[in-house]
Amino acid sequence: MTATADPAADPAADPAVDPSGESGYSDHPPRMGFFTDTSVCIGCKACEVACKEWNAIPEDGLDLTGMSYDNTVGLGASTWRHVAFVEQRRPLAGPDPGASSAAADLDVDVLELAAQADEGPGRPGELRWLMSSDVCKHCTHAACLDVCPTGSLFRTEFGTVVVQEDICNGCGYCVPACPYGVIDRRADDGRAWKCTLCYDRIGDGLEPACAQACPTDSIQFGPLDELRERAAGRVRTLHAAGVDDARLYGADPGDGVGGAGAFFLLLDEPEVYGLPPDPVVTTRDLPAMWRRVAVAAAGLLGAAAVACMTGRNGTGTGGR
Amino acid sequence: MAECHPVGFQWVMAAKARGAKVVHIDPRFTRTSALADLHVPLLAGSDIAFLGGIVNYVLQEEKYFKEYVLAYTNAATIISEDFQDTEDLDGVFSGLDERYRHYDFHSWRYEGMDVSQPTGEQDQEYEERTRRGASTREAARGEAHGSGGAGASGDLRTDDTLRHPRCVFQVLKRHFSRYTPEMVERICGIPRETFREVCELVTANSGRERTTAFVYSVGWTQHTIGVQYIRTASILQALLGNIGRPGGGILALRGHASIQGSTDIPTLFNILPGYIPMPHAHQNQDLDAFIKAEGADKGYWGNMRSYLVSLLKAWWGEAATADNDFCFDYLPRLTGSHSTYETVHAQLDGTCKGYFLLGENPAVGSANGRQQRLGMAALDWLVVRDFSLIESATWWQDGPEIETGELRTEDIATEVFFLPAAAHTEKSGSFTNTQRLLQWRTQAVEPPGDARSDLWFIHRLGRLIRDKLRDPGYRDRMGLDADGRGAERDRPVLDLTWDYPTVGDNGEPDAEAVLAEINGRSADGTPLSSYEQLNGDGSTSCGCWIYCGVYADGVNQADRRKPAAEQDWVALEWGWAWPANRRIIYNRASADPDGRPWSERKALIRWDAAQGTWVGPDVPDFKATKPPDFRPEPDATGPDALGGTDAFIMQADGKAWLYAPAGLVDGPLPTHYEPQESPFDNPLYGQRRNPARQLIPEDKEPFQPSGEAPGAEVFPYVTTTYRLTEHHTAGGMSRWLPYLAELQPEFFCEISPELARERGLDHLGWATIVSARAAIEARVLVTERMTPITVHGRRVHQIGLPYHWGRNGISVGDSANDLAHMALDPNTHIQEVKALACDIRPGRRPRGPALRELLDAYRRRAGITYETGREM
Amino acid sequence: MGMGETDRPGGAPPDRDALPGVAAGRDRPWSRHRARHRRGRGGERPMVPKAEFTSYYGRPVIKRPVWNSLDIAGYLFLGGLAGASSVLGAGADLTGRPTLARGAKVGAAGALGLAAVALVHDLGRPARFLNMLRVVKPSSPMSVGSWLLAAYGPLAAGAAASSVTGWLPRAGRLATLGAAATGPLVAAYTAALISDTAVPAWHEAYREMPFVFVGSAATAAGGLGLLVARAPENGPACGFAAAGAATELTAVRLLKRRLGVVGEPYETGRSGRLLRAAETLSAAGLGCALLGRRSRALSALSGAALLAGSAASRFGIFEAGLVSADDPKYTVLPQRDRLRGAAGAAR
Ligand SMILES: Nc1nc2c(c(=O)[nH]1)N[C@H]1C(S)=C(S)[C@@H](COP(=O)(O)OP(=O)(O)OC[C@H]3O[C@@H](n4cnc5c(=O)[nH]c(N)nc54)[C@H](O)[C@@H]3O)O[C@H]1N2
Ligand SMILES: Nc1nc2c(c(=O)[nH]1)N[C@H]1C(S)=C(S)[C@@H](COP(=O)(O)OP(=O)(O)OC[C@H]3O[C@@H](n4cnc5c(=O)[nH]c(N)nc54)[C@H](O)[C@@H]3O)O[C@H]1N2
Ligand code: SF4
Ligand code: SF4
Ligand code: SF4
Ligand code: SF4
Ligand code: SF4
Ligand SMILES: [Mo]
Repeated sequence: MTATADPAADPAADPAVDPSGESGYSDHPPRMGFFTDTSVCIGCKACEVACKEWNAIPEDGLDLTGMSYDNTVGLGASTWRHVAFVEQRRPLAGPDPGASSAAADLDVDVLELAAQADEGPGRPGELRWLMSSDVCKHCTHAACLDVCPTGSLFRTEFGTVVVQEDICNGCGYCVPACPYGVIDRRADDGRAWKCTLCYDRIGDGLEPACAQACPTDSIQFGPLDELRERAAGRVRTLHAAGVDDARLYGADPGDGVGGAGAFFLLLDEPEVYGLPPDPVVTTRDLPAMWRRVAVAAAGLLGAAAVACMTGRNGTGTGGR
Repeated sequence: MAECHPVGFQWVMAAKARGAKVVHIDPRFTRTSALADLHVPLLAGSDIAFLGGIVNYVLQEEKYFKEYVLAYTNAATIISEDFQDTEDLDGVFSGLDERYRHYDFHSWRYEGMDVSQPTGEQDQEYEERTRRGASTREAARGEAHGSGGAGASGDLRTDDTLRHPRCVFQVLKRHFSRYTPEMVERICGIPRETFREVCELVTANSGRERTTAFVYSVGWTQHTIGVQYIRTASILQALLGNIGRPGGGILALRGHASIQGSTDIPTLFNILPGYIPMPHAHQNQDLDAFIKAEGADKGYWGNMRSYLVSLLKAWWGEAATADNDFCFDYLPRLTGSHSTYETVHAQLDGTCKGYFLLGENPAVGSANGRQQRLGMAALDWLVVRDFSLIESATWWQDGPEIETGELRTEDIATEVFFLPAAAHTEKSGSFTNTQRLLQWRTQAVEPPGDARSDLWFIHRLGRLIRDKLRDPGYRDRMGLDADGRGAERDRPVLDLTWDYPTVGDNGEPDAEAVLAEINGRSADGTPLSSYEQLNGDGSTSCGCWIYCGVYADGVNQADRRKPAAEQDWVALEWGWAWPANRRIIYNRASADPDGRPWSERKALIRWDAAQGTWVGPDVPDFKATKPPDFRPEPDATGPDALGGTDAFIMQADGKAWLYAPAGLVDGPLPTHYEPQESPFDNPLYGQRRNPARQLIPEDKEPFQPSGEAPGAEVFPYVTTTYRLTEHHTAGGMSRWLPYLAELQPEFFCEISPELARERGLDHLGWATIVSARAAIEARVLVTERMTPITVHGRRVHQIGLPYHWGRNGISVGDSANDLAHMALDPNTHIQEVKALACDIRPGRRPRGPALRELLDAYRRRAGITYETGREM
Repeated sequence: MGMGETDRPGGAPPDRDALPGVAAGRDRPWSRHRARHRRGRGGERPMVPKAEFTSYYGRPVIKRPVWNSLDIAGYLFLGGLAGASSVLGAGADLTGRPTLARGAKVGAAGALGLAAVALVHDLGRPARFLNMLRVVKPSSPMSVGSWLLAAYGPLAAGAAASSVTGWLPRAGRLATLGAAATGPLVAAYTAALISDTAVPAWHEAYREMPFVFVGSAATAAGGLGLLVARAPENGPACGFAAAGAATELTAVRLLKRRLGVVGEPYETGRSGRLLRAAETLSAAGLGCALLGRRSRALSALSGAALLAGSAASRFGIFEAGLVSADDPKYTVLPQRDRLRGAAGAAR
């Protein structure tokens, strides 16, 4: 029996994020992560396949979903990299969807398209096809890890979050805890699985399989602080080139999960890609929860006491 | 390109990062469009009009690179008086024989020059035997010049002012003057503003300081006029000075991993290694006559004897001597076209009795799937070597014709052998890529079970056959000596050098030994280092002259992997490129006639007068010491006949051909024709289709009416077939793999929301797509990536069909190729699967005999007969 | 894409910073038609963003809990019942109500046993529960809960055994007190258990949930007391249930009001119906208990209604969580609001 580290500290209070240090590693390598630049993703899915090959992940269903070219639907126990495809027709002028509600986007809902009316030639807007490769965020404050009761999920010396399959007991707690819907339980063996950030490769000086397979370097692997710097530069470049929609997602150590170890450059609102706009590690509120649990428990005791005492007085008809 | 060459596309992205603009010309909005700066949708099958429009723009607005054009192209060359253009003949060129649908191109030649179109014309009888040479033409001599051009000799006349009415430049100008922006809009459906935008982009990015590259693949080739698509781009690039220079060129993105290699060392019927033509069955044609007919006086083809004799020495070794013409007679002879599609008909008419399928799945991958399967059902035997039980191995038990009841398993006499093949990871060898770069790979794992490499199989098969031929008992039993010629007839097989060392437990022939043989050796067995060393006297051997040097110094040069960071940008020490490890071919054109780079920005090689040599990061195009002002002796031949400014060293006149006086069987200039089957007429000329297109004469399957012809309205939609990143070709390498199958689990068609409404098709529902050949079903993907376009004043819908599916494996579906027909490009025999006409209707297709009934009803409605679509 | 086999941590990738495609950059700077593509920067923006949102094909953002409803909603109910019953049992003990005490203690042990069965069923294998005791993790309510159960289980069982058999009365008393001390935590921690997830309807409700849960636990325990105790002894059970039901009802009301859109699943659909049923059952049970306190039959009936009410409430809450996990709007809208609030505050 060991006590694991990674207490549910208040992430916002700790901008100098060193999750492996916090977890008790004293002399550890720099925190490694991903910068996934979706603006250069060509949707080839090499990352998905490379991940499956390297990790020997089972097939994840053979359904034609009709969601553009995405037939794997999302991350899950048997899909650790997932490429999203979004077809959009955007107005050429008008309100800037990037800066206001995502509602302004004319998202193409293919499921509805067939029913739509013919707008005729000269339909407004240009078509764009967004592609984005999603992965576990390796959160600085990882809910999955926090809530795992067995210690199966742990923080590596690289600051990543990894499941130890020999310890996982399939309690499933990590699954709804993850604010991004990443980790999932596999139906057949009941255990939880997700991206390991190729723990078995990076220790040997190899790039993660997905990053190595990515032809356009949409997936960049490296020390997190360097990636963040590079990403900031990339956003500046894109903005200067008129790509106002470019924004980073998960790069801010001040966000609800203390910054993601795997962060993204997106060209639209996160929810367009199926990502939560402002995820918060659920355990941030856990101290408050425990306080309330304590009060409620005390209340229960009190209520029982009162009930028993008042009960005795009020209904003294019983006797021994 | 992002779809089918995603790994190569990283360099497009790298170029973009450095400021390159990417324009994507495709009927569909694909993954490539998503990353392009501009996507230009157009009607499938209309690119010649589009490119011709740009050529016209360049000529009219004088945007061409004048110095380059004058120095390195044949713009100034004057053409024979006999030549008549499509302008004069309403869409056809002079020399057309309407009956056989083929051109005699004598009238196309340069004035004062006999352009020797190397077809062995001197054999008159042969001409007669072969329907006035039509079948020779069908045998695709054009392809024999994959690494060069046709021969030309004599004194050409030029006019450097480019004003002579018959100079190439003026002919070109007249020919393309019809391709106005209005015409482009009408034929392609590209709005004039968009078209102008493309024109400006291309021309602004070409010239001294900048270069533009064109990248194409089968979106341009799979047409009945496909080669002329690439010709149009060649003309444009030559006019703009974009050939032989860094960042320029026309890049053919090849298909299967080593498809370039299998053209260089061909799996094609009509050429020998290194693009030496396959001899025809002329009477009394010996080696000398062949070289005279096929070779050229000037340029590198002037040395054809050295290449061919060295090849014969590599194949027949000691047995090949000067006395027996180096076994030239051992080479097989062509009697006509024997492309895959003719072979299908040879199967159907019983002349082709056995068939090896080593890495091909024609039941799914080749046009007109039904004919493919019926052909195989007429064979005596069929050998399939593959990883999985592909459709071409199982059609006799579960093919579509079994389902409709047309074929019954018990009636099929074909004996089918299925042999497991080793995959590329399970054997060593080289891949030759799009860039002519050979890269060696070593075996990673042993093949499972009985799987063996194709090299092992062929080697072993050869050994077994030779053992049998040497066994008197066997000869006797089989009556092999009955015809009296006895072993003489078998000498070509028995004399072959067939002695590769083997490696490993499975007795695999050593692939490196094969590479060494291809590289070539001198008389004493030393590996050669350059084709300049090859001799025509039998003192050298070389399995493929253009690969000579890949094993220089006895080192596998294809296996070099010096990292990019450790060498300059041309990276000559990564792998090995043919010819001579040259990375940019025709690089002489990167410098001006005086040998100075056109601009420092685009410098590649330059003449260093002090050293008396060409210098630069790439291997110079011709002998490094040939000065820019070199003028050949009047009687010089071969490479020595090339002047110091004859940059296009494989061409007989050393020039880039804006006008091709020979070499193409369907015209010296590109002309837009509508596809074999199209809802439209050709607004340019009365001639609707490519008059020289190849139609398999015995094809039993009908064509559809086109354009304004009655019945064409039955097939009102244009459909195109293509690939998805997630699958590979006919599916043998992807539909069986769970990791790929799950990414695209089912056959689907892509249609626009408008078409969905027009035909009542539901997203994810079923649709039946009908042509005159077949009706297939597909799930429906409604997407705005498919947009109807306005051509000929009419709004037309295009339907997208990925062609990867068949009925076996874990991702299954009908085959798009069942819809396709066998009208071919006459130069390359490539099927027209990029532009078809069809109908689409909601719901699944009928099963069983009802399917043929549906088809019959369609044919009746369209009034289709055997003659339909066969008119010139 | 590897440049050789080694990784290149940090090394900037060569020249890969291409611009995205067609419509991503709005201008084509080379184009004469630039004006056409330029969009009005700083132009009108909708002042009041519509309460619409985009999603990825309507797919959920988070993963729905993989727990089996019967097992885990059942566990929430049984755990609450057990924990609160232990308290009631101890109280009854201390105030001399033996049938109530025994009934409550046995009920607690029984409920606990069933709860354990439910837990193990959800894990798949009993041995997997042992993994829970590898570590102590205050950050994991499930770890805390496991240790609580490990402590509470033997106490509750001991208390019940002693009260039924009469053996080791001293130890029995100690066990009873111990179970009463830990029982409330067992009843309440499950609130943290479900709130400490990304499930919107649960997490957002973390303030009220402990009160809902102890309330519901008290309702159930009271109900059980009414069911098992002789009429003269059932006064505390009735009071306990009344207090519980009142707490629960109030807390649920507050919760719904505070949660806004995320609270929808508590009012609509199956989860809403279950919660309304819970309210009705609790109210009915309570009324019945108060009126029919003297009648053994009526008391039992009311006890059953209270138990059912508590169970319905747990199942309703569980179900509401699933609904809120499945519909991306419950994840996205509150987060959007939060961002908007933050942006507003920053301005
Ligand atoms: N993932 C993957 N990669 C592959 C292959 C594969 O099967 N899968 N196959 C390999 C092979 S064998 C080959 S040959 C190459 C082929 O590579 P590509 O030529 O890129 O492949 P296709 O998808 O067949 O066709 C390319 C595009 O041509 C468009 N097109 C159709 N008709 C026309 C037309 O008339 N004009 C123009 N401009 N475009 C048109 C289609 O919409 C399609 O997007 O890919 C190779 N790479
Ligand atoms: N409609 C339509 N039709 C087309 C095209 C199109 O764009 N549209 N494209 C055309 C083009 S460009 C091509 S290249 C063809 C491709 O068509 P095919 O060549 O018929 O199709 P493949 O699936 O590539 O077949 C190759 C087979 O070789 C097997 N294989 C792989 N490696 C080896 C090996 O080392 N040894 C052996 N023995 N077998 C091996 C694979 O499992 C596979 O089954 O399709 C053509 N047909
Ligand atoms: S994204 Fe989810 S699964 Fe990944 S570390 Fe964060 S909480 Fe855990
Ligand atoms: S399912 Fe496994 S990894 Fe997830 S919380 Fe439970 S024990 Fe930890
Ligand atoms: S880092 Fe490794 S495990 Fe994670 S997605 Fe990439 S390949 Fe898969
Ligand atoms: S490998 Fe790279 S380019 Fe391809 S889908 Fe994945 S992230 Fe995008
Ligand atoms: S499959 Fe091979 S040849 Fe084709 S893109 Fe990928 S790496 Fe290149
Ligand atoms: Mo191909």
